[in-house]
Amino acid sequence: MNDGGLGFGFGGRAAIVGIGETDYVRGAPFTPVELILQAADTAIADAGLTPADIDGIIPPPGYTTSEELAANFGIETLRFATTVHMGGASPTASLQHAAQAVSSGLADNVLVAFGWNGYSAFRPRPGVPQPRRGMDGSAVGDVVLDYYLPYGARSAAQFYSWIAMRHKLLYGTRDTDTGEIAVTFRAHAQLNERALMRGTPLTMDEYLDARWVSEPFRLYDCCLETDCAAAVVVSATDRARDMRHTPAVILAAAEGHPYPADDIANRPDIFRIGLTDAAPRALGAAGVRADELDFMQIYDCFTYVVLLQLEALGLCGRGEAGAFVRDGVLRLDGGALPTNTHGGLLSQGHMWGMNHVVEAVRQLRGDAGAAQVANAEIGCVTGWGDFGDGSIVVLGRDR
Amino acid sequence: MSNRLLPSTVGLNGEFYAFLAQGELRLQRCSACGTWRHPPRFRCAHCGSNDLTWEPASGRGHVFSWTVTHRAVDPAFTPPYAILVVELEEGPRVVANLRGLEPSELVLGLPVVAEIEHASDTVGLLWFRPG
Repeated sequence: MNDGGLGFGFGGRAAIVGIGETDYVRGAPFTPVELILQAADTAIADAGLTPADIDGIIPPPGYTTSEELAANFGIETLRFATTVHMGGASPTASLQHAAQAVSSGLADNVLVAFGWNGYSAFRPRPGVPQPRRGMDGSAVGDVVLDYYLPYGARSAAQFYSWIAMRHKLLYGTRDTDTGEIAVTFRAHAQLNERALMRGTPLTMDEYLDARWVSEPFRLYDCCLETDCAAAVVVSATDRARDMRHTPAVILAAAEGHPYPADDIANRPDIFRIGLTDAAPRALGAAGVRADELDFMQIYDCFTYVVLLQLEALGLCGRGEAGAFVRDGVLRLDGGALPTNTHGGLLSQGHMWGMNHVVEAVRQLRGDAGAAQVANAEIGCVTGWGDFGDGSIVVLGRDR
Repeated sequence: MSNRLLPSTVGLNGEFYAFLAQGELRLQRCSACGTWRHPPRFRCAHCGSNDLTWEPASGRGHVFSWTVTHRAVDPAFTPPYAILVVELEEGPRVVANLRGLEPSELVLGLPVVAEIEHASDTVGLLWFRPG
């Protein structure tokens, strides 16, 4: 399945060869740059490489730069550096750039490294260092500043609620449908030693009884805020076969942008998200339907954002996502499409979905421990960022 | 309201808010094809024309969506408060706050009418109430 040669010129010819992540914590004694260096160290070593082997870097939009990372690592010959400005959709979208680079010979080993102080940025206090640079949200910043902030809308929970509220009322999504997502991912986190919410299970009653944040989002509809970093190394598949681990082959990748991307309110179709456009392209290039995947790692900044993406993936029709998840299809325990097997942003930690990529690679290697999906050969990771930008990568076990 | 974060008044954006500061809701409209748009842009996405005017809008519309915020994310607002997306009769949608109705009574499609309040010499802000 990995030799199709599809996928925009790189399908199957690039692979994730190294993974690394820090712990997901509330209050790290390190700046985001230091966390990124730590996760990158792990990913590079996991690939059996040294920093000198890295000749391409894709850092996050903000917190650090490829220049800063290269200088810290002593990378004297950097051949490829770019940055994706899609908020939380950036890590997964970065994989398509990395795949393009290594499959076309622009670079041999591309480090994709993300990290932030998602908890500490909002809670400055002694002993916790603040970075010089925060997140670069300029892709949507002007509309926020000029049209949302004056009316008391300043957080993602509020912006995305405009999409979710209308969808929920038009299509009759039940509170217990979003609850199913929160409770399922929390159950998965119980199996993961690196999940912040391990040891803190969640019942449906607790979900329903929680306070409102911004309607229709209750507390447990909203993801965690954590300080953390995660990184991967991408190399050409033919070289990856000589490296330490079974390569996680990038079968296809795609990004998509809603219209207009910088204003949620004025979309002709407010339910057309970036993934609506990207998912059919990536799945088509990989030659697979979403319901044929062995697992999915879906960007879950909010429960409702998962529902919207399930529709975009073609798993159900518009308005049907609530009913689709109602019977437990996303559960590791008995579900047909085990999803967010690590606990996700909702219950492991919030690393912009780079933790989803790391988990997907673990699943394909057979290293996912108690959360391992039996015979996991192919899965997808999605990203969601800014005002609904979307990205997707289809990953498969090399064979 | 004085402690609200106010928008930038540079460029097209400043023109939109300057009309509101004078008590007028005006929206950008393409001189070539008549398409209304918001937020203001440099070019008509429908026909490509750079020739745009500011035309008075009716101020009438309906509730397209909303959120009710229960956390004190902004010190200028006392929760719970509603943030509306209103679809105006002319087509474009605007973000604004709610007056004259409890947030719990909001429904999709509720007819509403705009109220404009002076926020500074260069900025006016929008509310909508049932009407």
